[in-house]
Amino acid sequence: MKLQGENISFKYPSSKEYIIKDLNISLKSNEIKGIVGDSGCGKSTLCKILSGYNKSEGKITIDGIENNAKNKFNPIQLIFQHPELTMNPKWKMKDILFESWDVDSELIEEFGIQKSWLNRWPNELSGGELQRFSVLRALSPKTKFLICDEITTMLDAVTQVQIWDLVTKIAKDRNIGLLVVSHDKALVERICDDVIYFDEINQSNLKEL
Amino acid sequence: MNSEKYKRFAFKKMNLRTKTLLIISLTALLLLAIVINSFFIDTSSITTNFPLRNMGPSLEHLFGTDWMGRDMFTRTMKGLGLSIQVGAFASIISTIIAVVLGLLSSMNKYIDLFVNWLIDLFSSIPHLLLIILISICLGGGAFGVIVGVGLTHWTSLARVLRAEIKQINTSEYVKLSKNLGKSKLWIARKHLLPLILTQIVIGTILIFPHAIMHEASVTFLGFGLSPHEPAIGVILSESMKYLATGSWWLAFFPGLSLLIIVLLFDLIGDNLQKILDPTNAHE
Repeated sequence: MKLQGENISFKYPSSKEYIIKDLNISLKSNEIKGIVGDSGCGKSTLCKILSGYNKSEGKITIDGIENNAKNKFNPIQLIFQHPELTMNPKWKMKDILFESWDVDSELIEEFGIQKSWLNRWPNELSGGELQRFSVLRALSPKTKFLICDEITTMLDAVTQVQIWDLVTKIAKDRNIGLLVVSHDKALVERICDDVIYFDEINQSNLKEL
Repeated sequence: MNSEKYKRFAFKKMNLRTKTLLIISLTALLLLAIVINSFFIDTSSITTNFPLRNMGPSLEHLFGTDWMGRDMFTRTMKGLGLSIQVGAFASIISTIIAVVLGLLSSMNKYIDLFVNWLIDLFSSIPHLLLIILISICLGGGAFGVIVGVGLTHWTSLARVLRAEIKQINTSEYVKLSKNLGKSKLWIARKHLLPLILTQIVIGTILIFPHAIMHEASVTFLGFGLSPHEPAIGVILSESMKYLATGSWWLAFFPGLSLLIIVLLFDLIGDNLQKILDPTNAHE
């Protein structure tokens, strides 16, 4: 399978200037690709566009077919930088986790999630603990492409390694295409087969400013 | 002296949560007592008894007697019971309408525009006028008043719910649910409802005193409950004729009882709002 973003352009309705202009990107199954860029260059916006959260000009296709996931599971899943924003504060962690798919208990253990955490509220867990949940939630069997937007930026080094080892292992096992977005060049170079610099694929005139 | 001083300040020293709980329990007890009492009350004291007419408040007749010798305390209790029932039904109807319209407004922008228009329409017409119109159309009586009050008091709650739902709909977790393929109905049921439950509870409690007051006003004006029903509005309206003769107790006690109930509910609503809103919970 191949995910392709063709001529993606994006600007906020209130602004005249394009943040992303004529950007082309592709990602194959089983491929781990990294995008590196400075803070504020539009990486997160691109992630949201690719996974259908933001609308943009251009086309996003999977094997040539436009990806219009409405009322059905989107095969392109995004893991956000701030997990706490993606969790309903009035839901228990087990409801949050099982919203996406029936996660088996082995995988829960593998991710270092303790059973007692499942009965807690999101505000009772730390950022790292919450991020484990949001990664596991995104790894549904129906997920074909996974976009990780700075998912370990707020975590300590040990947790970072644990999470990346698991994500890359599962992505390889399940043939998932992985797009790793970060400002941390060393991290991306360590994990990914291929590294792209955001400024090189983005034709926006913003970078000249 | 010291113990009296302590008692006076004990209520002031309580925090908002304890105070509210105390007020809620007291009000619940009072309401329950009134409603149960109104069902089982001995009606012999509200039959015409001319020898006892126009008596002022005494130990035997706490609220005095009226121009037909009926005990005003019994009439007031019966009237309050009826008023509370009308208020409760009307506020439940209003809440249901507000919740349904609030949730519908999240479906798409055309329904949202329609709901907004409906809120503006109903808010632009004076409540009392609309209640009178609806009540007359439905043949008056308790049913007419309940529907009239119910159909006019939902606007403010619907506006609050609509705004709240709009805010929740822009949250990342709702967008994520959509990305996971969840339907709008599923999102409304699982995400929206639990988050707007607090607003619904507070809204209903705050509608209640309004509903009672409007029921009494409409009845007072002669468009509400029929004169043979001992509603507070009827009692107040009838007693107006006798106030000039010095029978102040006919309007004073029923009016005061209604005011106490209304103020208690206003107080509960305001306090709950403060407690449940994290930004001023520590006040």
